[in-house]
Amino acid sequence: MAGYILRRLWQIVPTLAGVVLLIFFLFKLFGGDPAQILAGQIASQEQIDAIRRELGLDQPWYVQLGIFVREILTFDWGKSWITREQVSHIFLSRLPATLTITIPILLLEAALAIPTAMLVAYYRGTLLDRSVMAICVAAMSISFLVYIIVGQYVFGFHLGWFPVQGWSDSFWRNLFTYAPLPILLAALVGLAPQTRLYRSFFLDETKSDYVRTARAKGLSEPAILRKHVLRNALVPVVTNISLLIPGVFVGSFLLEIFFSIPGLGREIYLAVNRSDYPVIQAVTIYLSVLTMLINLAADVLYSFVDPRIQLR
Amino acid sequence: MAAVLDVTPENAWTALWRRLHQDRVGAVSLGIVAAYLVMILFAMAGWLAGGWSVEVGVPYANPSFLGERPNLEAALQKRSQRQGKVPDLRDIDPLAPRYDEWAKRTQELKSTEPERSLTLPWGGDRWGRDVLDKAIKGSQVSIAVGVVAALCATLIGTLLGALAGFYGRWVSDLLEWLYNVFTSIPAILLIFTLAAVLRSGPFASVFASGIWTVVIILAFTGWTGMYRLVRAEYMKHRSREYVLAAQAIGASAASRMFVHILPNVSHVILVQLSLLVVAFIKVEVVLSFLGLGVPIDMVSWGTMLAEAQNELIIGKWWQLAAATVFMAIFLTAFSMLTDSLRDALDPKLR
Repeated sequence: MAGYILRRLWQIVPTLAGVVLLIFFLFKLFGGDPAQILAGQIASQEQIDAIRRELGLDQPWYVQLGIFVREILTFDWGKSWITREQVSHIFLSRLPATLTITIPILLLEAALAIPTAMLVAYYRGTLLDRSVMAICVAAMSISFLVYIIVGQYVFGFHLGWFPVQGWSDSFWRNLFTYAPLPILLAALVGLAPQTRLYRSFFLDETKSDYVRTARAKGLSEPAILRKHVLRNALVPVVTNISLLIPGVFVGSFLLEIFFSIPGLGREIYLAVNRSDYPVIQAVTIYLSVLTMLINLAADVLYSFVDPRIQLR
Repeated sequence: MAAVLDVTPENAWTALWRRLHQDRVGAVSLGIVAAYLVMILFAMAGWLAGGWSVEVGVPYANPSFLGERPNLEAALQKRSQRQGKVPDLRDIDPLAPRYDEWAKRTQELKSTEPERSLTLPWGGDRWGRDVLDKAIKGSQVSIAVGVVAALCATLIGTLLGALAGFYGRWVSDLLEWLYNVFTSIPAILLIFTLAAVLRSGPFASVFASGIWTVVIILAFTGWTGMYRLVRAEYMKHRSREYVLAAQAIGASAASRMFVHILPNVSHVILVQLSLLVVAFIKVEVVLSFLGLGVPIDMVSWGTMLAEAQNELIIGKWWQLAAATVFMAIFLTAFSMLTDSLRDALDPKLR
């Protein structure tokens, strides 16, 4: 196990190098001149030259790449070009708000989708199953934007059940006052695709031999589903949920923009609009590293869920 | 006996056509998608919704079926037009000596304010443009972006996947590395990074108009799934007998890759392509909503939704409804068609 983890960590190195090179050259070749963006519209040539010297832009590209790598390794990205806020501070101060809404969404989606999928898998082929599946396809065809716009209008503005938008300094107040509406909307939207997917996982299992044996020895259908099918179908379900985990960090950017939640996703969107390169680069690279580590953790988790899987 | 031997095997594509016809859901979906395509062609030719940007109605004109509904915004604008009498500033205005000259030039110029109608078939937006026309033109732009981007992503993914799967060894290693790099960056961050780079970089002015920015963003970030599928298929096919036979009669590597193997994996590509179209249309809508998609002189479902957010608060729901309905019908039909296509192309079900 330890050997496996070490080897996987070692394999991250070339991938990470690729990510760094990709981001560096994307900005270098296709991005605007940082000095020009920083200096603004009305800047003298001296000012621009001074900024170029300060950022090391007058050096050859490999020296700049070295500076870039040093920034990554030392977690020192300096300040945001626009707000002059430390980039590391942006990370630490925005992440809690994002996690306050994304983690409940992840849990709620799974808690709703797994039983629904089991239910329709139990009634497979019936009118209930087919109508739920048709509703799922139709629900998935409507843009997430529409759900947010209408949900915010109906439940926040028209009925007044929830605040339209806002955020506070208190975690509990955020969780129970401001977060419920975005959480509910996102969970409902995520329900359709996840139910469809989990239903297919359950149905794949019901076709297998051990289920036929269980049926043959006279086990009731609910007991088969609960005791045999659920356990085996949980392996792909866990895989799918682990694939969703990296999205926890920036996946809620639309909700954050609509509900004025000061999270990481909204911060990146603002950074894109302001051409605030250091923020975009830092967030992209660190979240890529995090994604790779989470995928590794998910692979290790498999061996616990499914004893047949041996990590080598 | 001879009659039995005479039966020629059915062509795969004729079989697909026959099965799509037999599948009722598939046939209906195909009909809807075809109707959209006809609508798009008409819109491209300018026969339909050509004047979507003309302000033909009063601001927020009511839909025809709600003609009686009070329209506060239009009434307010009418009143401000009637009160148009300017107070006399002749004594204090330093520009007063030129008043006569301007009055003369005003007389020479003829401006006609077109008659704005009070109602439009499906209502009007903030500037009095016809929402139905906008929805049709928006369908054209959104679907075109989705399809063109999906074709570009398919081209990249198929080419790289074919190379990796066919040659294996270091080519495969290199492309796998590239694949790992692209998939380890969360998709939305890669999209945002590209958007940031393309909007401020030297290419900003090149792509400023038209749909190319968003097409490039989508194609550049969306090729990975196609690559993985095609690579797996090519690995399966490269040592099959028909490919070895082609090699034996001297077919070049390129010929084996694209003349012999490609038609045999095209069904996988086709299904993945239509999945990409649905996914890309959804992303385009979000990007255009955020102002990172199509330029402001174009209309897409996303820009319509962006306007609809503020309209809803003052009770003008028709633009939201139009964009949502046009989009939902197309995406539902297209998803259903994809499902039928997958079933019809599945050799196990034959």
